[in-house]
Amino acid sequence: MIKTLLCASAAVLALAACSRSDPNLNQTGADPDLPGQNETLVPPMKIATPTGWNNEAPVVPDGFVVTALATDLRIPRQILVLPNGDILVAEGSGGHAPKLRPKDFIAGVIKAKGKTSVKGGNRITLLRDADGDGRPEVRTTFIEDLDAPYGMAFVDGALYVAEQGALLRFPYQPGQTRITAPGQELTRLPSAINHHWTKSLTASADGQTLYVGIGSNSNIGERGMDVEQDRAVIWAIDRQTGAHRTFVTGIRNPTALAIEPTTAALWAVVNERDELGPQLVPDYLTSVREGAFYGWPYSYWGQNTDPRVHPQKPDLVQTATKPDYALGSHVAALGLSFAQNGGFGGGFSQGAFIGEHGSWNRQDLSGYKVVWVPFSGGRPAGPPVDFATGFIKDGKARGRPVGVTFDPQRRILLVADDLSNTVWRIAPRQ
Amino acid sequence: MHPASAFRARIEPLRGILMAFPIALFTSAVISDIAYLQSAQMQWSNFSAWLIVGALVFGGFAGLWALIDLAVSWRGPARRPALIHVAALALAWVIGLINAFKHSQDAWSSVGAFGLTLSILSMILVLVAGWFAYSHSTLREIA
Repeated sequence: MIKTLLCASAAVLALAACSRSDPNLNQTGADPDLPGQNETLVPPMKIATPTGWNNEAPVVPDGFVVTALATDLRIPRQILVLPNGDILVAEGSGGHAPKLRPKDFIAGVIKAKGKTSVKGGNRITLLRDADGDGRPEVRTTFIEDLDAPYGMAFVDGALYVAEQGALLRFPYQPGQTRITAPGQELTRLPSAINHHWTKSLTASADGQTLYVGIGSNSNIGERGMDVEQDRAVIWAIDRQTGAHRTFVTGIRNPTALAIEPTTAALWAVVNERDELGPQLVPDYLTSVREGAFYGWPYSYWGQNTDPRVHPQKPDLVQTATKPDYALGSHVAALGLSFAQNGGFGGGFSQGAFIGEHGSWNRQDLSGYKVVWVPFSGGRPAGPPVDFATGFIKDGKARGRPVGVTFDPQRRILLVADDLSNTVWRIAPRQ
Repeated sequence: MHPASAFRARIEPLRGILMAFPIALFTSAVISDIAYLQSAQMQWSNFSAWLIVGALVFGGFAGLWALIDLAVSWRGPARRPALIHVAALALAWVIGLINAFKHSQDAWSSVGAFGLTLSILSMILVLVAGWFAYSHSTLREIA
């Protein structure tokens, strides 16, 4: 019997191993190659074991220099630069999804292997580098006792923070290094279960509307569709009253939002579904058109139906909008920031920086880098270009990029790394 | 009675207790699979997943017992039923293991036609294994 068991286990594992990636597929850009669905009994998995940087740093293009602006943070996620140049870093980890199935216990253990052991800070740290030498003179805990803060926006003298369950407003005095007054709750955000807990945030160009990205409560509806009410959506929230309306739907996990500076349009990076194979479904970058339905959970990349959802909704699938630009399957895009005021110049003048946290659902590690998507006339114009790499070395993860923020005043790019708990600063070489 | 045989007779009910679990749990998994396919309510599929894991855990101990029993009855008249018992239980277990992975897929894929088929196969095989386990005990008493 033991022998039969071993054979069976080997067969089960082999089923997973059969689903290899085809390197000839092009999965980026407006029209990605989409292979057939390949569900396996065990999904293809590869978790990069964490290792240290050992005084090394990410690899950036010639003409740029990268330094650690801050280390020993507590799970840095997103970054905001205030008008006076102070840098805010939201730190924390959220979600309280109960374990419902044997799988939930096993998957939790496996995924934890690729994460930091540090506990989330539930705070915002302020870094002040007034002389711009890449070494902050001031580092303070700007706001503490938050509940998994993620998205941040600064509008009209106030700081807005999207916690995992609420959008808060904090009054701010220029130069302030610490806020002790409690935040005013502008709007409660959907937070039951919070399978995807990150609440991304950006303000419209006129500052009147705050957009909040709210991820789905499951991969593909396996917690039941009842818990998906107000999930996989972007809300548009009136900044004065806190009243919200649903802006778009079916957008599985919009992890970062930003305004494209030449057109003032809202864009998002979105994480797509898992367990349909190593090369399904590509995560994407898209302009966000009001009223659009992006397919989740019923379909992906337009009208490609997902067989795992019952009952299916063919009529709704017909209305699904195709995203603008694929970033690759399972790259886990978590950061988005547009170059402004000419960016870094040259090839990095107009476009978007995107932080890719990296894959688990494929044998060939994918993502784990910051890419640049060139734009022209407010639309993507060309394949993505690696901007910061070296997060993987010898198959081990030294870091995992999350939020990226371009600071047009100093002409630097800041990258939050939630594995080594570092904020990297990338600047043109002087 | 030989002391070893007396000991075996005394712990014989344990086999019945161990076998009761995979018999009840694999059978219940068929019912909850059908309930899921009828209702698309995820909780039924979650039930199935746990029932199958429970059947595997207790079925594993029952299988261990069955192997020892097979070795002991190798030279007696009970060899054939003991062999059928082990084979049916092993097959039910292996199919159950594959089914556990099947039930770890998401939403409709956690059951589907394939998952239900595996559940039914495990149920039939474990019932066969149980049938021969208990007729086996009777045979030994006659012997």
